[in-house]
Parts: sequence; structure tokens; C-alpha cells
Amino acid sequence: MTDRGEARAEILGRIRAALGAERLDRARRSAVARRLERHPRGTIPARARCSGDERLALFKDMLAKQGADVSRAATPKEAVGTIASYLGTCNLPPRLRIGADPVLAALPWREAWDIERSFGAAQPGDRASLSRATTAAAETGTLFLLSGRDNPTTLGFLPEAHTVLIAASDIAGSYEEAWDRIRAAFGDAALPRSVNLISGPSRTADIEQTIVRGAHGPRRLHVLIVGEA
Amino acid sequence: MASLPRNFKKAAAYALRDPALQRALLNVKRGFVVKRESARANLPEFDTLRDEARAIRDHTLTHLDLYLEAYERKVTESGGHVHYALNAAEARAIVLRLCQDAGVRLVTKGKSMVSEEIGLNAHLQASGVEVVETDLGEYIAQMRGERPSHIIAPVIHLNKESIERDFRRAHPNLPPQRKLDQAGDLVAEARQILRGKFLTAEAGITGANFLIAETGSSVIVTNEGNGDLTATLPRTHIVIASIEKLVPTLEDACLLLRLLARSATGQDITTYTSFSTGPRRSSDPDGPSAYHVVLLDNGRSEMLGNEFADMLRCIRCGACLNHCPVYGAIGGHAYGSVYPGPMGAVLTPQLQGLDRARDLPNASTLCGRCEAVCPVAIPLPDMMRTWRERDFVRRNPALKERLILRVWAFAAKRPRLYRALSRTAARVLARRAGQRGRLRRVPFLKTWTVTRDLPAPQGETFHDIYARRQRSKGQ
Repeated sequence: MTDRGEARAEILGRIRAALGAERLDRARRSAVARRLERHPRGTIPARARCSGDERLALFKDMLAKQGADVSRAATPKEAVGTIASYLGTCNLPPRLRIGADPVLAALPWREAWDIERSFGAAQPGDRASLSRATTAAAETGTLFLLSGRDNPTTLGFLPEAHTVLIAASDIAGSYEEAWDRIRAAFGDAALPRSVNLISGPSRTADIEQTIVRGAHGPRRLHVLIVGEA
Repeated sequence: MASLPRNFKKAAAYALRDPALQRALLNVKRGFVVKRESARANLPEFDTLRDEARAIRDHTLTHLDLYLEAYERKVTESGGHVHYALNAAEARAIVLRLCQDAGVRLVTKGKSMVSEEIGLNAHLQASGVEVVETDLGEYIAQMRGERPSHIIAPVIHLNKESIERDFRRAHPNLPPQRKLDQAGDLVAEARQILRGKFLTAEAGITGANFLIAETGSSVIVTNEGNGDLTATLPRTHIVIASIEKLVPTLEDACLLLRLLARSATGQDITTYTSFSTGPRRSSDPDGPSAYHVVLLDNGRSEMLGNEFADMLRCIRCGACLNHCPVYGAIGGHAYGSVYPGPMGAVLTPQLQGLDRARDLPNASTLCGRCEAVCPVAIPLPDMMRTWRERDFVRRNPALKERLILRVWAFAAKRPRLYRALSRTAARVLARRAGQRGRLRRVPFLKTWTVTRDLPAPQGETFHDIYARRQRSKGQ
């Protein structure tokens, strides 16, 4: 095998030769530095530029179109009730896997005394999980889930039913807006290990283009919107 | 069937006579084409985004060395490792070494065309590493020992009856009386079996739809969630991607994502779009503890400086395959290449050499639909024409072929002569065809008429009709 440094120098050299470019060309370097620093936006579709109730309606419609179950709760108390009844509707035992998210921890779990919660990354036997999305993009009904202790990545992929709670005020219009909210929290050019954009339950159309839910990930995605926009 | 581009003609003829394949190919038109059109219609900004996407790809490619350096810095900062591979052999060797160093015996894989390009699975398996494809389509292709016939729908060439037979053969320990005749039954069975693999694999290998220089992230899009389980559960995550997958920023990636799923499957967005940045952090309860990226050149840097540079804009959506009348008639396997259809007809001669793949750029009517639907406006027909020209010059064609072209050129350069000849030919052919309006046999055109009749000219040439219409318009 070629030494790692050798292949690297060879590839970069070939690219520069093909482009007729010098490595230290200042104009090229500053064009790249500027773009990385300013990360300019392209055209944002008009549909993503709505706000308030219109944005909320778009978010719900897109998720429903993509096969998710969407519900709303005015208060944290109502949210807990909705989570409990969703498990019942799906014929699932009242057990939930949850991360360390403080918002989820602060829900009035007394209201659903029969729900047994366990914490941490998802385990193979887990059937239902609960995460919180810190932001979302209404344009395609897309939740942004950030890895970490609060909301472990596996919660969104291993269990059969995944419920995601999001505050109505955390829903952005476009992807770009959602990224800016993440940048504000994590700093520029620094992301959590994994950012998972989720827009519906797992599906496949590999067999004769027939859409089947629950290929490898959750068969059901339940999005619970809390509060007002 | 045939697995080499040089067998194209034979394989295509065979494909046209395969009733099961022909039935399966109807799904391309019924599904992808119709859904893409409706997704495009629902996004009024589609054409504007297409222009911008093209500009993003061009900007990245003309600064590719610098974006690669910036990307590598960010990956390293986040605790990951970047490896460069000049060609397929180097890339295979790097991945194998990474697996051996980590004591890996079982690898799960997300869908990756680059891994097909370098023949990764066979290489790992020859060295005792078990490889399991987890995308449902790829899993089925692997169980049949076939390569995918479409870059985003690997088993579009199959009907569910034959997949059912494959499952019964591949899963002999399950009860033989089980019900397996619906797509849902097959999906459930694959889910159950692959779940076990996800949980025991020591390494996960995925491709990348994009690599982001700003953050050092690799991006994969899936509907099944298999790529995400592959990237999350095993203790090592290896990303294999070709160098042109770079984009500058998150904004640029999102703009391209708006076009990718709509062009590919007609979805507004795929179910899962995942951005992975480095290995598990100290506070993370899950995720891999090692993260490697293998960057493959394999001819890309050469393309950057030749007539096929525009091809590097490709984001592998598959729209050109879905809309190609030739692909629609023969499917992907006849091309004998990892990359079929129009994009493959341009890419394969570059990757494998023109002498091995000369039939592929000729397997096109140059109808232009591929270019029209391409989300980054790649001039595919022009590039196929360029390959044909190169082939013609290089091949030093037979005297007969040169003579025919010379005669045609002589006439074409003399408008009066050309019109007189075509007028005569049109009349003669029309008279010979008589009432039926079709010709069974025409001298010198045996290859055409052996399988079909030639519709006869209606008696008037295009020039005459045009001149007449112009005159009547003038009156």
C-alpha cells in the first residue's frame, strides 16, 4: 500500500495540475476561506419562508404525508398523557427508553404513573423510545436530532416506535434556519457527533417500488408538538 | 447475465427478450418518472435551485484541492482519520487493514456505489472478513451474487416472486410454509435477520452522499435507516467516498439535498439524512469509537482536467437512468458496469478504458432527456458524443464505414445536390413501399430491417415541406 502521505500529495498535486492552479494562489485561498466562514445561503423556497400557524400547519402536513403520526399538546401535563395513550394505541407495553434531556426529565411523569422509564442508549429489546428535537424545519417536516447524553442516537433507530417531542417555538422554516439555531448552540463549524434529520418512519420501496414501513428503523414515528408557535 | 461492458450488444439483445425483466422495468416509469415530475411541480424554485446547484458543484471542483485540505483539517480536529487512495487497489487495501487492525470479523454495510466500483466486498471476504449488505435492495443483490442494476434501486430488475424464491433459498432455517408473497413479508424477514447483524458487527462501512468541508462531516441519505444503524452501532465506522463528493458548507449541502431526493425517488426529502462528524465524544452514550474516511481518486483528478470534468458534478440521483429510453428497455445489467445508463455511459469509459466500454456511449439515441432531468445540468449527450468521436478516431474504422461517411459528407456540403438526392430517395422509397407505407427490406440497412420494418417517407422531403409552409405563411 502506498504510504498515506504519498497518495495524499499525489492526489492534491494531480488536482492542481488538472486545474492549472498554484497551491498558494491567494485569490483561490481567500475565495475558499470566505465561503467557509460566511456559509452563504442559496435560494430558500418560498414555502419555507412562512411563520406562525402557517409554518406549524406545513410542518404537520409534511410529516403526515411522509407517514408520521402527529399530535399536539398545550401543556407538559397533556404531553405526558398523549405519550401514554400513544403507546396504548400502538399496543405497546408502557415502557419508554429516554436520554438525559432536562426538558423530558421535567415533564410531570406522575400523570402517567404506569409508564416505566429507563435511561441511556437504546437496547435491542426496547420497543418504544422518546427523544426531544431542539429544532426542526417545516419545509419538509424534518426533525433535527442531535447526538449526546440528552438524546442518544440509537433511540431514533432501534425501537419500533419513536416519539419525538418538540416545542412549537423550536420549529424553524427552512433547513438553513435550523442550522443557524444549531450553530448558535454549538458554535460555528462545530457539530455534535451525529445530526440526524428524520422526516418520517423507516420505509423501503426496493421491492417493486411498493412502499413498506419499518424497514430497519422505527415502524412508527410519533411527533408531539408542545405549546404555541 | 453478462458482466462486462464489452458484451453490451449481446446482453442488451438478451435483456429485450427477457419477459420477467421487461415486466419489472415497467416499475421505473410507473414509479420514479411520475413521482419526480410531481415533486418538481410542487417546488416552483426547482429550476433556480438547479442553476445554483450547478454553480456550487463547479465552484467546489475548481477549488477541490483546497476544500479537501479544509475538510481533512476538520475531520482530524473532531478525532477522525482521513486516508487517501489513488486507485481501487489502494482503497481496498486501506479498508482491509483498518478492519484487520481493529480485529473485525463481521462488517455491515450501508449502500455505497464507490464500494462497488472498487470491488470491496470480494476483497474483504477473500481475507476472511464477512460482509453483509444492509440496504434491502443491496441485501437481495448480494444474496443473488449480482451487482445492483440501478444506482439507487439495486433490484429494480426483479419481481417479488423471484425475490421470494431467493429468500427461501438464502434463509433455509426458517419454516418453509411461512407466508412470503407480499413485499411486507419479505421486508419483515430481512429486518429480523439483519437486526442480528447490526448488533454483532464490529465495523460499519458506509458511502457518503456529501462530505462537508466546513464541519468535516459525512452525509448519508437513506429511507430504511440501515445506513444509520451501520454508522452508529459498530465500534468502527469507515466511510468510503470519492474525492468529488466534497461540498463547502451545510448550506450548500442542503441546497443539493432539496434536489437530490426529488430527482431520485420523487420524495421531498428522504426519511433519514444523517451528518456524522468524528467518533463518539466523551459524553456520548452511543456511536462508534473510531471514525475513518477513505478518499478515493480512481480517475477523478484526471477527469478534472479533460472534457469530462462536468461529469464530476454528478450527485448520483439516478434520474438520467430513470428517464433513459435505452435503460428503460434493457435495464442496468446489460451495461456490464457498476454505473449504468447515461451517467454510466460517460463514466465507465473513463474508469475502465474506452476500448473495453466503447459500446456504452453508443447505446444512446441522444434524445436529451438525461440532460433535461439532471439536477446539476450535466451535458450527458454531448459527452457521449465526445466519446464516440474519440472512439472513431482511435479505432481507425473500416474502409466501408469511412467511405459511407465520406460520400454522405460530400453530399451534405452541397445543399442542392443533397436536396436533389433526398428528394429522389424519398420518392423511390415511397413508391416501393406502396400502400403499406412500410418497407420490409432496404439495401444496406439489413441490420435495421431484420428486426423491424422501415416506415417509408411520405413522398415529400423536410426541406420541401418547410419551404411550402414558409411560402403559405408569407401569403
